[in-house]
Amino acid sequence: MITGEQKPIDEIMEMIAPYKRILVLGCASCVAECAAGGEKETAMLASTLRIAAKMRREDILIEEKTLDRQCVRDFVIPLDDIIEKYDAVLSLACGAGVQAVAEIFPEVPIIPALNTEFLGETRDQGYWVESCLGCGDCMLYHFGGICPLARCSKQLLNGPCGGSMDGRCEINPDVECAWHLIVDRLTKFGALDRLENIYPPKDWSRKQGGGPRKIVREDQQK
Amino acid sequence: MNNSSKLKRVLEGGGFAVTAECGPPKGANSDVVLKKAETLRNKVDAVNVTDNQTAIVRMSSIAACSLLKTAGLDPVLQMVVRDRNRIALQSDILGASALGIRNVLCLSGDHHIFGNQPQAMGVFDLDSIQFVQVVRTMRDEGKILGGDDLSQPPDLFIGAAANPFADPLDFRVIRLAKKIRAGADFIQTQCIYNLDRFERWMGMARDRGLPDKVYILGGITPLKSPSMAKYMKNKVSGMDIPDEIIKRMEGVPKDKQREEGIKICVETIQRLREIPGIKGIHVMAIEWEEVVGEIVERAGLLPRPVFD
Repeated sequence: MITGEQKPIDEIMEMIAPYKRILVLGCASCVAECAAGGEKETAMLASTLRIAAKMRREDILIEEKTLDRQCVRDFVIPLDDIIEKYDAVLSLACGAGVQAVAEIFPEVPIIPALNTEFLGETRDQGYWVESCLGCGDCMLYHFGGICPLARCSKQLLNGPCGGSMDGRCEINPDVECAWHLIVDRLTKFGALDRLENIYPPKDWSRKQGGGPRKIVREDQQK
Repeated sequence: MNNSSKLKRVLEGGGFAVTAECGPPKGANSDVVLKKAETLRNKVDAVNVTDNQTAIVRMSSIAACSLLKTAGLDPVLQMVVRDRNRIALQSDILGASALGIRNVLCLSGDHHIFGNQPQAMGVFDLDSIQFVQVVRTMRDEGKILGGDDLSQPPDLFIGAAANPFADPLDFRVIRLAKKIRAGADFIQTQCIYNLDRFERWMGMARDRGLPDKVYILGGITPLKSPSMAKYMKNKVSGMDIPDEIIKRMEGVPKDKQREEGIKICVETIQRLREIPGIKGIHVMAIEWEEVVGEIVERAGLLPRPVFD
């Protein structure tokens, strides 16, 4: 899933300051799972902004709505019926959702309410960790299902570096050493000899070689 | 003047090599580098120049190496993969060789979060092992990554680092073997204070026959005070300083602490010379280069060999 966190309220207020009729737009997918932009968080943010406006005795219309997905065109198009009412949309989607809405409604300013963080997993309640870079060429097989690109602070393909101590990363004892995990996991599988190989430099053209990436599947097109 | 690596000649001639570290200044003053060069002249075979160590911006390692070379010393160019992608690294390897630099030490580099530019984008396009392999291929096959030919290959003695004190211990030797397979000619280790663990690691390396394939230089750092020892133990990643070393530093009066630090170094060197497979030492006297000569002399390693 794509994770995100709400921006500081002062930053949000500054961005919406010029507008008088604002739609606060939630997204019920990934950012709902990470408790940043789902229906509940959208209602709370809208209510906070309404109270703030009232305190300043400003007459501002703040309404809320949550879409199933802001990053899928079919889910966004129904906004067509109501969007004219507003002079700005404050979106609690990830960066992809914000841009999809902006693409579909080019005449309305779309303001991001979240900082999009990473591709990750919910490890526990209120605890999300980064686990994938979206590199375009998955190497998890080689590393026992633990990605050194996303989870090693130095992105080593031939780790661990000299800063690995007691299974912790040198940058912060709260960070697990991905390479310690990889070595442990492959030892368990009896596959440690896999790491005797020197992994060649990563082919980053699969991630950024052609500029922004797209996937075109003719079999999926009408 | 013979323009080959002095370090390589000492090691290939069967000598016990001595290298030291020189940190470039946080400024554009060449005189600082040249002064350190005079301090180290005739005391060591080669001088490592650190590459923005601890991710603090300093004069570039290539420039400082070139200054040392001009002053008649044999520099070891430290290069980290933290700040440059594969295009820049390969380009700098060619430039270094053109400037007459004959040794390179390929490193990952301290993470930039520790330095004075924590907002920087860490590059890490290659890792240190891949980088060793790239330099080896450039030198021995005259090819860059992707296979394009060089008009002239670089002439470099290739080094890598090893930290016997980091975890997991068993894997440390596998990683050393990978660095050798990638093409390392010599290895400089992390500072050694825990000799028992170091001997265990060397034993594991010997079991794999690794010291026959690479020259291993043991790392030495003189302690100035007990607080420096504690700081390194607690704050510097990958350091292993046993409590008895700290107690020993604490057990002498303040004005004798530096002398005690030097004594520990000299004793460590004596013990390292007894370990089969150790071919030299690398003295990292952090901002204390003037002590290197004394340590080397008291360890009985002067005069250094002279070549034509």
